[in-house]
Amino acid sequence: MERIEESLMEKREVISMLQSRIAKDILNIPEKLITHDESLISSGLIDSFSLVDLSMLVEDAFDVRIDDAELNSDVFDSLDQLASLILSRVK
Amino acid sequence: MTLNFCEKFLNQADKLPDKQILRMLIDGEYIPLTYKDIFEGACRYEHALLKAGIDSGDVVIIILPHGLDLIFAYFGVILNGSIPSIMPFLTEKLIAEKYRKDFRSLIEISRPSALITFPDFKDEIEHLNTYKSSLEAVIISDEIGFNHNLTGEIITHAGLLRLENEIALLQHSSGTTGLQKGVALSHKAIFNQLESYQTALKINKDDVIVSWLPLYHDMGLIAGFLLPLLYGIPLILMSPFDWVKAPYKLMQAVSKYKGTLCWLPNFAYNFCAKKIRDRDLINVDLSSLRAVTNCSEPMRFSSHEMFINRFKPYGLNKNALATSYAMAENVFAVTQAGIDSPITYDEVDLISLQENKIAIPVKEGNRSVVMVSAGRPISNVEVKIIDSSGDFINERQIGEIVIRSNCMLNGYYKRDEITRNSFIDDWFKTGDFGYIADQEIYISGRKKDLIIIGGKNIYPKDLETIVMGVEGVHPGRVVAFGIYNEFKGTEDVVIIAEIEDEYVDKKEQIIEIIRKKVTRESAITLRTILLVDKKWLIKTSSGKIARVLNKKKYIEEIISNVKNNVS
Repeated sequence: MERIEESLMEKREVISMLQSRIAKDILNIPEKLITHDESLISSGLIDSFSLVDLSMLVEDAFDVRIDDAELNSDVFDSLDQLASLILSRVK
Repeated sequence: MTLNFCEKFLNQADKLPDKQILRMLIDGEYIPLTYKDIFEGACRYEHALLKAGIDSGDVVIIILPHGLDLIFAYFGVILNGSIPSIMPFLTEKLIAEKYRKDFRSLIEISRPSALITFPDFKDEIEHLNTYKSSLEAVIISDEIGFNHNLTGEIITHAGLLRLENEIALLQHSSGTTGLQKGVALSHKAIFNQLESYQTALKINKDDVIVSWLPLYHDMGLIAGFLLPLLYGIPLILMSPFDWVKAPYKLMQAVSKYKGTLCWLPNFAYNFCAKKIRDRDLINVDLSSLRAVTNCSEPMRFSSHEMFINRFKPYGLNKNALATSYAMAENVFAVTQAGIDSPITYDEVDLISLQENKIAIPVKEGNRSVVMVSAGRPISNVEVKIIDSSGDFINERQIGEIVIRSNCMLNGYYKRDEITRNSFIDDWFKTGDFGYIADQEIYISGRKKDLIIIGGKNIYPKDLETIVMGVEGVHPGRVVAFGIYNEFKGTEDVVIIAEIEDEYVDKKEQIIEIIRKKVTRESAITLRTILLVDKKWLIKTSSGKIARVLNKKKYIEEIISNVKNNVS
């Protein structure tokens, strides 16, 4: 039970960090609140020219690599899914 | 003298059947193709077209992702003597309705007889059948036979009978309304261009072209596809979708195959310089590059500097930087610089340029701008500058660029009036502004309010129309324009809209709706949306929203305010 709570907390932290960094550094709209289940790629919120920025941001912030072949909405499309992907690689 | 594409291609395939002319990067691997491979693949498509009753001279639209089928289908259409036109395929952020609307207008105007596409596009085809269309056949790539030796069945390729002045291909410019205007180019015009351009580029036996450019764009189709394949220059071709996610792949390909020539829109210089990690450049050697040609977007000195500084440690020669001014209406290149000698940079007086429309070399202490030369016209092209009454003007005076050549378009396909209006006597009006100094051409702006993002043409009116459909936006009170982003090397779109009084407290929601709607209906990602009160926007005397004046007001009032607040 404790471990589940711990990992939930961890995930929330990852999401919150992604939220602010993406809004500020990639979208250049710091005031934008991206919800955890909002689609990022398929909606065009993050356009194709910014996908590589996203992979660089994730690598710098979490020391986790996302391969360029994984930069598509089939692999992840929301903060929720991206956070899961990151956490699965941190461990 | 070669008459047509089909003959040219068959000559190459006959002379050098085993030459590895093309390597395509697909799923991380380079797939080598010889002329024989391409010929055999093309024959399968030719056979499918013949079987479907598609005639020589018919327009065939090709909608295929990057891959072998795209190559085979293109040359299959050529062998059949039909007219190929590549169209971009549906990307996920474009809503299907918008794509269908564009496609419908393309079909209504260009009247294609056939469509070659891939299985995923099948659903879209169902929609096509719901309205009257000229399409006689839809050919799906995975239904093309692979096991028969079809080559023996075709005795004479209908493409061999095409005449030099007949249309070889249709080029639809990329952008918001590009699909409604197909540039029709003859075999002769294309050969005239390619032969003159090869001389300008000093093409030699060691040349290898590396390209990630899409084939539905003129730069990708002509420089990054037809030039190498028809003239036997090895080509390394990757998908634009792969490159945009991993720009280092371009550098690795150059290094691996000793690439010598490459064409990039201006933004790509910034993109490559900023978005490639050192670890992806380990052992990369760029010393083979002799011309990296900046083309299809306004060219910036700062982008060149950024690119050379980033890649010099990897062997990139400073003199490899090159530029070209090009357009589909002239097949491709109008000018070229940076082959025999380095590019000229012309530092001119900013005020004089903007206000007096004359580019005079700057005097010390005055504000200046560095203009990047596009070089001299290639041998078969003449360039002049005209003023608003159509008279030729002097060196360094800014006016509209007009061109004359033996590689001009036959016309905009089935758009005679637009074609007629594009010429003044026998000079083609480019719609670009610029000046000539020491026989070199400099581009300073555009006649129409066109926004160019990453080589893609965006008409502000299209974006304004989309935004006007949002609830709360005052009808007719929207303006869209581009602002140059130094960091990205291309323009960002700015939208300013006046909102109705009762929606003032809903600004955030409206911004969000506008952003989504524009992205979905135009595939443009907006960064800056400014909602203003009524009467903020400046109108012209005729009551239209003045884009240039509003852009000026935005820069003066909004951007400088932000800067002042920060500092």
